[in-house]
Amino acid sequence: MDSPFDRNGLYSGLYGFFAELTPDGFGWLAYLLAGAIIVFIVVNGVMLLTAFETYMERRVLGRFQTRLGPNRVGPFGLLQPFADVLKLIMKEDLRPAMADRLTFFLAPVIMVGAILLVAAVVPFGPNTFLADLNIGVLFIVGIPTIATVAMFLGGWGSGNRFALLGAARAVAMLISYEVPMIVSLAGVLLLAGSMSLVDVVEAQRLPFIVLQPLGFFVFLVAASAEMNRSPFDLMEAESELTAGFHTEFSGIRFGLLQLAEFGELVIISAVLAVIFVSGWQNPFVSPDYAQWLPGQVWFLLKLVFFLLLFTWIRATLPRMRVDQVMAFAWKALFPLAIINTLVTAVLVVAWPEPEYGQLWLIAAINWAVAIACLVLFSRFLERHRERPTASVQLVEIPAEAS
Amino acid sequence: MPYGLGIAKGMMVTLRNLVRKPVTVQYPEQRVAQHHRFRGEDFVWYEERCTGCASCAKYCPQGIIKIVTAPSGEMTQEGEKYKLEVFDIEIARCMFCGLCVEACPYDALHMGSGFERARPRQSDLVISVDELKASAKKPSTWFRPQLQDRGYDPFQPGDDVSWQDAGREKSVAPTYEEMLQRWVQGR
Repeated sequence: MDSPFDRNGLYSGLYGFFAELTPDGFGWLAYLLAGAIIVFIVVNGVMLLTAFETYMERRVLGRFQTRLGPNRVGPFGLLQPFADVLKLIMKEDLRPAMADRLTFFLAPVIMVGAILLVAAVVPFGPNTFLADLNIGVLFIVGIPTIATVAMFLGGWGSGNRFALLGAARAVAMLISYEVPMIVSLAGVLLLAGSMSLVDVVEAQRLPFIVLQPLGFFVFLVAASAEMNRSPFDLMEAESELTAGFHTEFSGIRFGLLQLAEFGELVIISAVLAVIFVSGWQNPFVSPDYAQWLPGQVWFLLKLVFFLLLFTWIRATLPRMRVDQVMAFAWKALFPLAIINTLVTAVLVVAWPEPEYGQLWLIAAINWAVAIACLVLFSRFLERHRERPTASVQLVEIPAEAS
Repeated sequence: MPYGLGIAKGMMVTLRNLVRKPVTVQYPEQRVAQHHRFRGEDFVWYEERCTGCASCAKYCPQGIIKIVTAPSGEMTQEGEKYKLEVFDIEIARCMFCGLCVEACPYDALHMGSGFERARPRQSDLVISVDELKASAKKPSTWFRPQLQDRGYDPFQPGDDVSWQDAGREKSVAPTYEEMLQRWVQGR
């Protein structure tokens, strides 16, 4: 059985179990059943993670602002996400009269579907993943762009000019940030030698955050822009605009859009944990793959760490102007990602199969390059910062003919 | 601040806030102490003091006090006292300016001290005369210095204010002894 599921012990076990039960000629049924069970587990796991992520985010954000978060529903407010969902389901699902029916209905569904698709290739632990695609990294940067399309569908389908403008803005920003996000992963792929996420995890004798600081920085920033989080959340800008592309959505459709947003946050944090912080492995004693805790626990710890990091960033940084956002993507992140890729390529050619000590040498070189680049680029951006200028035109008012 | 150090500084500020004690007041269980001169929603009205002169209704800028009186036959020093059949205060449109309380010549109407009269329907937001008669007498000390001088605080547990204590003077009319002193023995 040469399939993406070969390295998944859970899947193989389930497949064997069903293969004994099903009669001859019905092997596909066992294949299907095992797959369906794993899909069920993964989808519900991601949904639960997302629900409790919203709770955690509100709670921690509250503490950042010296207030308590939601704490009335259930013990410590733990049932808050379910209360939210119930409220949203009970609300009236209204469609604006000018809405394009099909796109308006499809947008939330496509968005959630795209986000859940990405969860298929994220390894949550050894043998705890749905599929081990050999193009996993391409998959995780490619599939979220469907969510971008869904955003535009939602903006267009609302039949609202402002929602359409918000959607156009969002799409412009997102496709700008796709580029540095993908290029920043190139260094990791060069070091890992494979696009499969399981291979990427197993290739990390040192966590890639040590070997690829610049790539990590660029990916972190680009990813936070990719999922419309602060400081790049200017398509939603809940304190300034209405809501950007989901202005007209209400009830459970709005709930689905929120779910997609936070689901994307969870997935991106998971991807960060997998690619840069050695996934399910113990990051401290990597060479001999010693485990102090089960792999899933390590993974969850890293995932929660990244979620908290994004929350912290959201609690701190103010929103950027739209021209600053685009300039930052094209003038800073993209060159940084290219430089990172080039340096990593040279190092990979120099040490094709590095020893453990040589890994530290590579890390040192990369850190030096990263710090030098950040300093130079920040000076460059400071010098060439665009300041908005108001052009005042004096208009001669003709004297009144008295 | 070049090199992204400003971001690091800001992050440290929020991190310091994270370990600070929250300032939230869990409302139904804990309450923020209100001032004793707080103009609250539940008006306090003393039937014994009110003569039905409708000054409050006249002075109300919103015109939300509705008063219907009838002759009662009860005589006070000022003349006949009217019986109040309707005394409706429509809280929904009230702006709690306290002018009715200032206008009352007999200190019969006081601002209340509550703030929890939210109702789902606007028609419920009318204080009727029966409600005014039955309500707890916890007046605010707004425009009532005599209450403030006593050290009374409506938000502290304590007895209700009786109608004898609510006025600016103990009694409007001089007693028999005082009149005797002034008009007979003082001459």
